[in-house]
Amino acid sequence: MYSVLAWRNIWRNKRRSLITILSITFAVLLACAMRSMQLGSYDRMIENSVRFYMGYIQIHKDGYWNDKVIDNSFHYDSVKLNQVTEIKGVQTYVPRLESFALASYKNQTKGSLIMGVDPRRENDLTRVKEKLVEGSYLTSDDEGVLVSKGLAEYLNATVGDTLVLLGQGYHGANAAGLFPIKGIVRFAMPEQNNQMIYMSLAKAQWFYAADQLITSAALLIDDADEAPRIVREIKKSFSSEDFEVMDWKELVPDLIQSIELDSISGKIMLMILYVVIGFGMFGTYLMMTAERQYEFGVMLAVGMKRLRLQTIILLEITMMTAVGVLVGITISLPLLTYFHFNPIYFSQDAAKAIENFGVEAVYAFSLDPTIFTNQAYAIFIMAIILAGYPVWSIYKMNPVESMRA
Amino acid sequence: MSTIIKATNVSKVYHRTTVPVHALNNLTLSIEEGEFTAIVGPSGCGKTTLLNILGGLDHPTSGKVEVAGTDITEMKDSDLIDFRLKNIGFVFQAYNLIPVLTALENVEFIMLLQKENKKVRHQRAMELLTQMDIADKAKNKPSQLSGGQQQRVAVARALASKPRFILADEPTANLDSSSTSNLLDLMARMNKDQKATFIFSTHDQRVMDKARRIVTLEDGTIVSDTTR
Ligand SMILES: Nc1ncnc2c1ncn2[C@@H]1O[C@H](COP(=O)(O)OP(=O)(O)O)[C@@H](O)[C@H]1O
Ligand SMILES: [Mg+2]
Repeated sequence: MYSVLAWRNIWRNKRRSLITILSITFAVLLACAMRSMQLGSYDRMIENSVRFYMGYIQIHKDGYWNDKVIDNSFHYDSVKLNQVTEIKGVQTYVPRLESFALASYKNQTKGSLIMGVDPRRENDLTRVKEKLVEGSYLTSDDEGVLVSKGLAEYLNATVGDTLVLLGQGYHGANAAGLFPIKGIVRFAMPEQNNQMIYMSLAKAQWFYAADQLITSAALLIDDADEAPRIVREIKKSFSSEDFEVMDWKELVPDLIQSIELDSISGKIMLMILYVVIGFGMFGTYLMMTAERQYEFGVMLAVGMKRLRLQTIILLEITMMTAVGVLVGITISLPLLTYFHFNPIYFSQDAAKAIENFGVEAVYAFSLDPTIFTNQAYAIFIMAIILAGYPVWSIYKMNPVESMRA
Repeated sequence: MSTIIKATNVSKVYHRTTVPVHALNNLTLSIEEGEFTAIVGPSGCGKTTLLNILGGLDHPTSGKVEVAGTDITEMKDSDLIDFRLKNIGFVFQAYNLIPVLTALENVEFIMLLQKENKKVRHQRAMELLTQMDIADKAKNKPSQLSGGQQQRVAVARALASKPRFILADEPTANLDSSSTSNLLDLMARMNKDQKATFIFSTHDQRVMDKARRIVTLEDGTIVSDTTR
């Protein structure tokens, strides 16, 4: 009967309770959407630069990361790398020979990043094949190259044209060659889209005079969160040799840091939203208590314990909050699920403008369950704290005085 | 018959204003089991103050109140709430009932506080509503009842907890004359049939006429005490 009483009390002032519930619903909806978009964009950034580019773990010759030159490359030992894939959680390894070169076509020249890759393994990790917008993908000892769309546009080159690449090879050797463009690939991140050139590992080793050498082995793993453990295990088995093994957080520290900063500003926004909603909730609790002074007085007079009365009020507040939160989540869950699977892409012009800032032009939405649970916790904690007022006012209520009013 | 309320030299001074208000002056009164007593007097003479003190809702400034042999003047507030629930029924001037509960639920509610089981609660509540001639409105909310009907439910609620006595502060103040006499007749019947002790206050002559004992207050002092 106490919960019946609480439930009916909520609907005594339908309008006010509805406004309170709707404001909670709205806050949850807005907070979930904001957070989902933020975390979604972070996920997307991490995916683009880690999942589809860096790999979650990389193995290099010791010192390569600080001095990324071709001389810091190491012998491509597939037997040893196969051992790595036997560690639990590691799917496969992807060998790369990476370095810079100047790419020219006719009278246009631009610095570019050359990626010598094992086409099949590379595709397992970065799914380059899906990014192909023109031409065809590489074969294992292909003579041709894939050029990123932004770079191709800059050079005014397209499939079938031949690029001139100039660079510095292993131990100072000259690197020069002619490479027919076999395909054009489009990357989401402008940084990649404007400078990447993919070629077969064999061809890259030839170009850089780096026979049997690679600069890195990226690992494809089952779960990003497992990376630190896998790094530890690799380090243990490679302890005697001069390799460096880095997980993705070490590989993209700038990205992680800017995400953390951005996340703080997002949380501050949420806090402001909650304060606004909190004032509304408090107003309701205030009125709820004020207009029922007499009634509370009667209840205490006839023998209802204060604790019981406080419990009923808390129940009312909890029920109202729960309805608001549940409705909020019920609306936001399908909505955000839809947008999670159908990210919002910008129109061409807007996309260009946004990509100039170095970010991908898309609104992506995360479905991380903590988005929803955190909003629910936040609202509930706030409701309970604000409920302190009615609880306290019942605690010090004098029935005679409240009935005199 | 035994004494259930014994108030000895009770005074109450309010210090709310600059001039202290002596609401009760050294008042002594006892009430026997089974009485049907009216506390009468003009507005401001101290009726409400007296009933509140007898009911353990308020503490006297000096003096002592014993209810069924227990001194309630020194009792802690939290113990008093429990004491009231077990021993005293209350009917106030108006708005006695919980607005969101039906008449029946309002009567059951007090027994719920006493942790009575559902079946007993329901049965006794229906019985009392029948005795108070209001059983046909058992499923109505207070807002769907007239003032007189609400007060009948309030009396039923007061009786439901099986109190030693019932304090009713001007229960008819907001009622028209026919509802007033109807309510008083029902109370008198409960007094007779159920041996329920009633102490009610009024400044209405017609209500006084229904009482068997009339205690008249003036400026916080008993000026006459007659039993018929
Ligand atoms: N809480 C209070 N503070 C100050 N004065 C009060 C208070 N309650 C009652 N009084 C005063 O005490 C006197 C008796 O009041 P009350 O018991 O309400 O009389 P009655 O019920 O007979 O009208 C009045 O003068 C009233 O103004
Ligand atoms: Mg009065």
